[in-house]
Amino acid sequence: MSLSFPFSAIVGQDEMKHAILVAAVDPGVGGVLVFGDRGTGKSTAVRALAALLPKMRVMANCPYGCDPETGTPSCEQCAPLKADRQTKSVLKAVPVVDLPLGATEDRVVGALDLERALSQGIKAFEPGLLARANRGFLYIDEVNLLEDHLVDLLIDVAASGENMVEREGLSVRHPARFVLVGSGNPEEGELRPQLLDRFGLAVDVTTPTDLKMRIEVVRRRDAYERSPEAFAETWRKEDEKIRRRIVAARKKLPDVDVPDQALTRAAQLCMALGTDGLRGELALMRAARALAAFEGHDAVNDSHLKRMAAPALRHRLRRNPLDDAGSGTRVARAVEEVFA
Amino acid sequence: MTPYPDPASDEVQDSLWQQAVQVAVLLAIDPGALGGVRVRASAGPVRDVWLNVLRTLVSPSRWVRMPVSITDERLLGGLDLSATLAAGRPVLQHGLLAEADGGTLILTMAERLPTSTVARLTQVMDEGAVVLERDGLAERRATRFAVVAFDEGLSEEESLSPALRDRLAFELDLRAISPRRVNESDMQQMIAGSIEDIAGARTRLADIELPDAVVSVLCGTALALGVDSMRASLMALSVARASAALDGNEIATDDDARVAATLVLAPRATRMPPAPEPEEHEEAQAQQEQEDIQPPDSNDDQLDHDAPPPDPGENKPMEDRVLDAAKAAIPAGLLSQLLAGSLQQRASSGKSGATVKGGQRGRPAGSRRAQPAHGSRLHLIDTLRAAAPWQKIRKATLGADAQQRVQVRSEDFHIARIKQKTATTTLFVVDASGSSALHRLAEAKGAVELLLADCYVRRDQVALIAFRGKVAELLLPPTRSLVRAKRSLSGLPGGGGTPLATAIDTAASVAEGLRRRGQSPVIVLLTDGRANVARDGTGGRERAQSEATQAARQLSALQVPLLFIDTSPKPQQEAAQLAGAMRARYIPLPHAGAAAVSLAVRAATQDGAR
Repeated sequence: MSLSFPFSAIVGQDEMKHAILVAAVDPGVGGVLVFGDRGTGKSTAVRALAALLPKMRVMANCPYGCDPETGTPSCEQCAPLKADRQTKSVLKAVPVVDLPLGATEDRVVGALDLERALSQGIKAFEPGLLARANRGFLYIDEVNLLEDHLVDLLIDVAASGENMVEREGLSVRHPARFVLVGSGNPEEGELRPQLLDRFGLAVDVTTPTDLKMRIEVVRRRDAYERSPEAFAETWRKEDEKIRRRIVAARKKLPDVDVPDQALTRAAQLCMALGTDGLRGELALMRAARALAAFEGHDAVNDSHLKRMAAPALRHRLRRNPLDDAGSGTRVARAVEEVFA
Repeated sequence: MTPYPDPASDEVQDSLWQQAVQVAVLLAIDPGALGGVRVRASAGPVRDVWLNVLRTLVSPSRWVRMPVSITDERLLGGLDLSATLAAGRPVLQHGLLAEADGGTLILTMAERLPTSTVARLTQVMDEGAVVLERDGLAERRATRFAVVAFDEGLSEEESLSPALRDRLAFELDLRAISPRRVNESDMQQMIAGSIEDIAGARTRLADIELPDAVVSVLCGTALALGVDSMRASLMALSVARASAALDGNEIATDDDARVAATLVLAPRATRMPPAPEPEEHEEAQAQQEQEDIQPPDSNDDQLDHDAPPPDPGENKPMEDRVLDAAKAAIPAGLLSQLLAGSLQQRASSGKSGATVKGGQRGRPAGSRRAQPAHGSRLHLIDTLRAAAPWQKIRKATLGADAQQRVQVRSEDFHIARIKQKTATTTLFVVDASGSSALHRLAEAKGAVELLLADCYVRRDQVALIAFRGKVAELLLPPTRSLVRAKRSLSGLPGGGGTPLATAIDTAASVAEGLRRRGQSPVIVLLTDGRANVARDGTGGRERAQSEATQAARQLSALQVPLLFIDTSPKPQQEAAQLAGAMRARYIPLPHAGAAAVSLAVRAATQDGAR
């Protein structure tokens, strides 16, 4: 695996960076969708995430990376072991799994291990990408171009947190809880609403129009491409700082207070925007809380809500095609009214 | 569509050709960072000579041609059937993109590439590797190659996908060059010396220094020309570096910046730069302030550059000279569009039909147990999977001579399931003539957007033809993108005569084209039905009306579901007759609102097309 561009070296794009960090602090926020123009560094940011994540503890020899903690979902192999308290575990990097376009269904869900079947006549299950992504992140670049049958499958698994395989005489179920991260360019096609719904946060990225910023983006990218190792070294300390903040934020998260006033504000905001159901409010609260934790605050305040309003709500607005303003602008307007 | 006055003068042709050779040389120096080149040219001697020049310059390296209709299996890789059967275990066969590693990938008719193929290609280019997750095989294989994309599109609607264009540093247009001006043997002689220069430049490349002034002038020029994508600026830097290496310099100069701006930024311009004065000020300021946002530990030589003092011999600052060079290099055709301010449409229309061509004919959707017949394709991997558990038993019954081979029986056969989608494309044909045009257009626009919001749930598409004066124009090619629709529909002009017959003809041909691509079209006509311009553009109510009726009859022969929405304040006899002639459902909607229109269309598409 080649060295990815350091997260801390990304210039500007605060909304995108916050959304990704929030998902790293609290995976329960639900996935992140990054939509925007070409050449804005969408996938750079997502790939940079992998380097920021602290390692996790997994059951030894488990293909699904089951959590040794009791009370968490585990696969058929680990469940009896955990019941017997035989929780031998190892530290492993949090998986950030790529789902490339052109992937076939058998590799996504897993299938009969052909090699073993042909050579040894053994019927064994070969886990797919969903198994590898368990407890980590599943990244789909050009998510709006993903084939429909794979989208259906993802929607199903993302909702249940479990992958059920019934094919070739195999019957396997295993935990598949992952944070879905997608990126794409809306000019190439819209995203199915059912899939859109699976993303907790959605960010819009645009190219910087400020010359200073553009120069800095180009400089850093150029330096990275000429010598990835040296560049990564320059930024290692900064990335390390962010990683420590993520670890601290995860610890702090359960203790972050959500005052009544913040709840009221969130509800007002959702009402002003006419978002459907309670999911918007929940996503906004969770995201604001994770941001507060990341920034070391003990309670959610207006600043957290304001900054998370657009990513948490912009994709939940009822579409009004006659309103030419982008959904981000509509959220910004509502924020101004509510927080006036 | 030729962007140069035809025929171009000999001098113009020669300088274009020189530029083409220059591009080939620069690309050969640093193919990895430059991505490649989009070449607008149809098949012919000029293109062949240029390609031979490039081939000589990059040799020895792989030279791979990719057909437009390539399958995922050939593109990315998959299971090698014969090897798998012979070996009795899965054997991977690499795809074209892995084979092209270290070489050049040639795409002919690149404008016809489906969006899905382009997306796979660009993912591999970005990743520098093929990430294969197919047919039970998983592999990551590094690959880097330069792309030569021949864009043979005749119109802007039909040109190379913007996603791929964004990743190719250079754009060339060979269409204005006459074969008489280029001679193969002369060329080979001319470039013989370049081969050594290129080899030398490659070794120097890593040590070339890019002063801050060059970086900021290239970024400033990109901004001034409205080149948004950061990739373009980055590639301009790489071109400046390659150009400096070619000249044997250690530090890139403003000459190199000029080369980069001319070759990389000028062809991507989306606007003419504003007046130079404020620009200059901004840039000087930016350079000063630049220190502020240097990264934390930037005191190492990696990022520490001494900007050379501006050359006192030149009376114009470097910013202006580079920008002037870029402005002068903007292709003539593009320039006229920029000056007319009409680029917005062009930039967005890019690859209109792509989503249609993209594979709506059916993409693989798993497999099912069946005998391959009627042109259905055998699904290898699933067939093998079905056969696998039985191998022991089958081999035992067959005896020793069958040990090494995989025993496949007909009951194992699985065929690939293809999802045939007959997506509906709703084609709006809107009367933009006369006084009510503005109102009607606004409502049609609203209806299109409402429908798109709905279509997008069902993955259907919408297109729009507007007619007025003497012409009918396809303003919004079939699309599913709300973003693109909004952009094309903003600022529709109105007023003029009613060329109804022409409009109906256009609608018929667009509908026919859609059907050929496996779509089911639905036509929605919004008009008051009173034609007054005939097919040849002359006025005259009577002839126009009879031609319209005739066109309507021809349209009815296509048997496309039709909806005729009469928008006149008092529903007219003519309109009803015309609707009858085309066997359309006639709906008088004197104050057709966007919501009413979209409701009516939805009703029609549900029982009409499905």
